[in-house]
Order: sequence, then C-alpha cells, then structure tokens
Amino acid sequence: MKLTQTLTAVATAGAMALMMSTAASAVTLQLHNGGDPGTLDPHKASGDWENRVIGDYIEGLVTEDAAAQPIAGQAESWEISEDGKVYTFHLRDGIQWTDGEPVTAEDFVYAFQRLFNPATAADYAYLQFPILNAEAINSGEITDFDELGVKAIDDKTLEITLSASTPYFLDALTHYTAYPVPKHLVEEIGDDWTKVENIVANGPYKIVEWLPGSYVRSEKNEDYYDAANVQIDEVYYHVLEDQAAALNRYRAGEFDILTDFPADQYQWLQDNLPGEAHVVPFLGVYYYVMNQEEGEVLSDVRIREALSITVLRDVIGPDILGTGELPAYGWVPPGTNNYVEDAYAPEWASEPYEERVARAVELMTEAGYGPDKPLTLQLRYNTNDNHQRIAVALAAMWEPLGVKIELFNAETAVHYDALRSGDFQVGRAGWLLDYNDPSNTLDLLKTGTNQAGTMNWGNNYGRYSNEEFDGLLEQAANELDLTARGQLLADAEKIAMDEFAAIPIYWYVSKDVVSPKISGFQENAKNIFRTRWLSKSE
Amino acid sequence: MLAYAFRRVLSAIPIALIAVTICFFILRLAPGGPFDGERALPPTVLANLRAHYNLDQPLVVQYFIYVWRLIQGDLGPSMVIDGFRVSDLIRIGFPFTLTMALSAFVIATLVGIVAGMVAAVNQNKWPDYVLVLIVMIGVVVPNFLNAALLQLWFGVHLGWLPAGGWVSGSIAHLVLPVTVLAWPHAARISRLMRGSMIEVLGTNYVRTARAKGLRERLVLVRHAIKPALLPVVSYLGPGLSYLLTGSLAVEQIFGLPGIGKYFVTAALNRDYGIVLGTTILYMFIILALNLIVDLVYAWLDPKVRYH
Repeated sequence: MKLTQTLTAVATAGAMALMMSTAASAVTLQLHNGGDPGTLDPHKASGDWENRVIGDYIEGLVTEDAAAQPIAGQAESWEISEDGKVYTFHLRDGIQWTDGEPVTAEDFVYAFQRLFNPATAADYAYLQFPILNAEAINSGEITDFDELGVKAIDDKTLEITLSASTPYFLDALTHYTAYPVPKHLVEEIGDDWTKVENIVANGPYKIVEWLPGSYVRSEKNEDYYDAANVQIDEVYYHVLEDQAAALNRYRAGEFDILTDFPADQYQWLQDNLPGEAHVVPFLGVYYYVMNQEEGEVLSDVRIREALSITVLRDVIGPDILGTGELPAYGWVPPGTNNYVEDAYAPEWASEPYEERVARAVELMTEAGYGPDKPLTLQLRYNTNDNHQRIAVALAAMWEPLGVKIELFNAETAVHYDALRSGDFQVGRAGWLLDYNDPSNTLDLLKTGTNQAGTMNWGNNYGRYSNEEFDGLLEQAANELDLTARGQLLADAEKIAMDEFAAIPIYWYVSKDVVSPKISGFQENAKNIFRTRWLSKSE
Repeated sequence: MLAYAFRRVLSAIPIALIAVTICFFILRLAPGGPFDGERALPPTVLANLRAHYNLDQPLVVQYFIYVWRLIQGDLGPSMVIDGFRVSDLIRIGFPFTLTMALSAFVIATLVGIVAGMVAAVNQNKWPDYVLVLIVMIGVVVPNFLNAALLQLWFGVHLGWLPAGGWVSGSIAHLVLPVTVLAWPHAARISRLMRGSMIEVLGTNYVRTARAKGLRERLVLVRHAIKPALLPVVSYLGPGLSYLLTGSLAVEQIFGLPGIGKYFVTAALNRDYGIVLGTTILYMFIILALNLIVDLVYAWLDPKVRYH
C-alpha cells in the first residue's frame, strides 16, 4: 500500500513538474549552444558559445542587426573625426541595468580600464588594442589608466581615441570585449558580479539560471529600450557537445536551433528536413602550420611548397567532410570587409593535379628527399573525427613525394601547448575571425616579439618571419585610405602565401539547423544571430 | 564489528593522502595546462592567471598549498569555469549523479536478481533463452549506442519520453538515462544470480529440503535465495562504484549536469582543482562502498565474520 502511494505521489509530482514547465515555456527558445560556458563575464569569455549568451544579456555601444552588421546599441549615434581617430558616442536616454541603475559613459570607461588592466587577465583584450595606449596599459608599461583613450565627457557622452585610424573599429565594438560592465556592482563585489544571484543586464535578456554542464537560462528584460519588439520571452542555451545526440533532440522537437551538426548527416538533413540546415561560408580558415624555425626541415621553402601544392583541396569539403567547405589557397577568407576584390589565387591552383605532383617530386628531389630517401614528418592534430580524416587524406596525398607521415593526436590543451612551444613539425590549426577585417588573419603570420630575451610568437605557431611582410602590415595600420590599405594587406598576403608560410586547406562554413517555427534567422558570415531578432510560432 | 569498521575508516586516511599525492603530481606532469586553448594568451595575461592560481610557484609548494587547503575543507576554485568553486560544482553535480546512479542501482539489482532467478528456475527453457538474449544485448552493446537508440525510438520516433536534457523535478527526463545506465548492470547481476542459483539448486541441502516434501517456492525462499545472493552482493559495491563513475557517456549524450561530465571535461581542460576534487570524492565513495559491502557480506555469511 505504501509503495503504491509513494509511486502515485512521485508520478503526480512528475506530471505536475512537466505541466508547469510546459506552461512556463510559452515562447521559449531552446537553443543548442554546444560547449559549456566557462564564464558570463565579457572580459573573460573566449568562445562563440559564451558570445551567444553574453551578447543577449549585455549590449555594447554598437550591436549587431539580424545579419550581424554593426548598428546602434547603447549609443544611439556617434561622430568620427576627420582623421578617423576620435569617436564620440552619444548614449540613449533611459538605458539602465536591471537593478535600476542607469548605464552611463562611466560604465564604459570603467569597463575598458578593467579590460586592459593586466590583473583582469582578459584573454581577448588585444582585440581593442586600436584604442590609444590600450596595449601599453595591458602590458604594464603604462600604469596610469587615465592615459587610456576612453573618456567620459559627461554621463551620456563617451569619447574614444584611437592610436591610428582603424576601419574595422565599429565592427570591433560589437565584440564582447567592448561591452560595458556595471561599475557600481563590480566595485562593490568584484568578480562575483557575474554570479547568477548578483548579475545584472542592460541587453534584451537577463540571466536567471546557470546549471553548469546543462544550460544557462535567460528571460526577456522588460527594461530594455527595444523590449516591445523582442518576441522570445525565455531562452535556454543548452550545453551538449555530442552532435549526434543534439540532432536527435532537435528531431524530437526539444531544440529549435542547432549550432552544429555531424557533417555526415548533412545529406540526411537535406533529404529529410529540406531547408532547415543552413551551411554558409564562415569567416575562418582551416590550415596546417609547418615549423619553420632554423634547423627544422620545414624551414626549406621547397619542401613547404611541395607539401602545399599536392594538397588536393577540392575533395576535402565535398568528399571528406561532406559539408562542401570551399578550398582555400589564400589566407584571408572571401567576403572579409575592407579588402581587395580579387582573392589571392596562386597560379599552381589551376594547374592539373598530376603536374603539381610532378613538380613537387622535383622540389623534394632538389631538397634531397625522394622514395629512396623518404622524409618522415610528424603531423599533430587535436582529437576530432574530422581532423583525423583530413590528416589521413593528406598523408596519402603526400605519399607519392616520398613523405611518410606519422599521425599524432592529442586533446586540445596538449595539442596547442605543443604548437606554442614549437614541439611539432606539421600541425593542424584553425582561425575564426574575431572582427571582419583582413588584419585579423594576417596578424597570425607576423614575426614574434622579443620579450625579456624570449621570443613570443603568439599565434604564429610556424614561426614564419618576413620583414617585408611585417613592414606592409605596419604600413597598412597607418593607412587612412581604405582602398590603399586593402592593397597593402593583399600585397602582404601574397608574400606570405608565395613563401608557403602555412598550408591553408579550406574556408570554414557555419552549420546551423533552424526549425521552421523560427523566423528572423538570417545567414551571415559571422554566424551571429541575436535572439532579439528571432521569433517563434507554435 | 564496530571496531572493525572504525579501523577500516582510519586506514582509509593514509590511502587517501597517497592517492591525492599521486593524482596531484601525475596531473601536473601531464602536458598542457588550464590556459592552453586554441589561441595564445598574451604573456602578461598568462602570467597573471598563473599567479592567481599559484601555478607560478614550485610544484612542491603548490602541493603543500593544496594539501593545507584540503585539510581545511577547501577544494579550491575551478580554473576554467569562472566564478565556481570545486565544492559548488560537486554540490550541483553530485546529487544528480547520485540520484541517477542510485535509481539505476535499485532497478538493476531488483530486475537482475528476479531475472536471474527466473532464468535459473527455467533453465534451458524459453524464458531462460529470452532473458539470456536481453542480457547479452545489455552486456555487449555499449552505453552510448544504447543511449542513441533509445533516444531515437522513444524520444524521436514515438515521442513518449524526452530525448535528453534536464528539467528540475521531472521524472520523465530520468527514464531513458537511468534505463541506459541500469541495463548492463541488471544484465551482469542476472548472469551472476542465474549461475549462482543453478549451483545452489543442485546442492545437497536443497535436494534434502525437496526430499522432505517442501514446496518449490519455499525451497527457493528459505534455502536457495540467501546463499545464491552472495556473489551478487560482492558485485554490488563495485557495481555502484561503476554506476557512479561510469555515468559519463550517459550524462554527455543526454546533456545532464552530472559530476562525471564535470570530471572528464575538467581532465581534458586540465582544470586541476575539479579533477582532484572529484577524484577525492570518488575515492571516499569507493572506500565507503567497499566497507559497506564487506559488512553486508559478513552479515550474510557468518564464516566471514570469524576469519
């Protein structure tokens, strides 16, 4: 009897909980967000899964429209000085944090100072380095934060001074590193301000729950200036890294949007859920780095050339991955703003493959290698099915050159540790653009800087170094004319690619699946779709 | 028996300390660190982060700092999940994992014992064959495949149950994960029970009981079940440990906020504090479970008490 009663009570409680959850989710967006957010603090975030959450609850001076183009955010308007160095922003009236405190220009000043404060240890502070003295403050050279080029003229007016005219600066301001933080709260409780019980918002949503490993939940912020046009009342940002399981849950109707799916399911999606899979070019390059440090075998440009020209890129996107990623021969993704019209296209790309292989064999012979004296190279990649497939395919492509590849896979932390410390010969890497400008990828090939006797190569894992290339980037940074700047950067790209500084393999694509119930989703090269522009029909 | 239990608990302390020490140094010797991601951090940022978490100190100093804090009950912060301490994550994840593991444990034990008995009593008849088949599927098919198949059938095609996720208080969300978790254990228990029961049913004292005219059901209940349970009981401790530690695949596939998921994610991210914290937690659970099993075993088999 007791057992029956207990079972009945449990079943009733379960049913009630289900009913309550259903009732509360009248207009709820169930978003498959992938990885587990490591933080909700805009100064400490680093992944697109964090960007999706943070960009919904905090808004910067500038924000993104449905197509991810910069539009007015907390600032309703701005002026730019003639030399392109001084931006004056005018904040909207009535903007406030969810605890009722107004959002002021001082919040932005404080946020930028916090971002560049070395003690904050903000991973991505460098994205705002165009701001005057930002880099010097971040490196500890300047300790007086008042020297930063961000000033509050009054509560409603903010002035940002750059060290050089930067054509992509408005785009960079849409990045979470440029978001304000509530000065009153951070000063009071420090980093605890992002704990769910303390957190405040100035964006269209406010965070109400964070269950690590499962989801973050936010609700519509009724105090947001555009709240009347925000259609979704509640958002679940689900953590689920297993893409097959995520697709099952999408099919079961539990997710409205998938932000990734298994590449081998693309055809199935097209056949069974036509129009729901959105695979579009994404600003990013997938590439292999080659260790070019002095004494390393790959410092010989002939071998680098032989390896690069024998990569049959055309088969990778359509056949090996199955999602049609476009072959990459250059370093700047197509569609990047502020760039020349014609993408870098080496002559060898249009040659018949057999001719390329024949020339590569000659180059290897010149370098002293061939079938009789094979070159053994270790190829490192981080554990992932797609990386493995590509590595195996490339190893086969290089076999006719007398190159024997030893595959070595490791988890992400170990892999990148090896790349950074130069403990590799050939390694997989990828770069997704943080802001829409060619300098964001070209900077990856800049010569490292000597810091206290140690070379810091940053993200230039291959240690590529060319003075002319560096000089062109320097010139471009000070060039006001956008066309001339684009040409300088294109010249730099040509130098690096002609020297086979790395092996670009394909341009990334974004892979979203969007339920027909969702409206307002617009494909774009940044793959940013803020919830405020979406709506959902039942 | 109380003194025995006390001695066992005391002896666990040095074992725990040795395990923590080994785990600490192995973890630190592994290549890669908590701040090694796809993008290089500026040197000043990296230096600040390392200093904040004492990673700039010599390894031995770090070890003593860790142990000193541990003695005070502080498992330290997560280095990857900002704003969460290890204890916060254990508080969130462990009850969940425990609920799932205990539910699976109870179900697996009951189903396994009953199925094993039914199979043994009907040896080489159709109920035995059917049960052996189900058991084989449970043992042979890996968790992640079972999970995906059940997700497809019951979540996608039939729509009877949620295909994943977690809604606080919802039993429906637990049905599939618990089934996937319990199945292989129920299978193992039923195999153990079947074999053990067949053996017991062939013993002299059971034959004597039958010869005395005792009904078959009473033979089973009074004379066969208790001794047949011994191998099953030996399995229950490790079995519960497996359920607690082995729920990872299930937590991953169903997107559940369990501690197994935190552990593996932390190990991959080199989030030292979480890996050590969860290891310590599991170590204590395993030690405690072994102790409980030994005590239960002694209760079931008086011979053990005297040895």
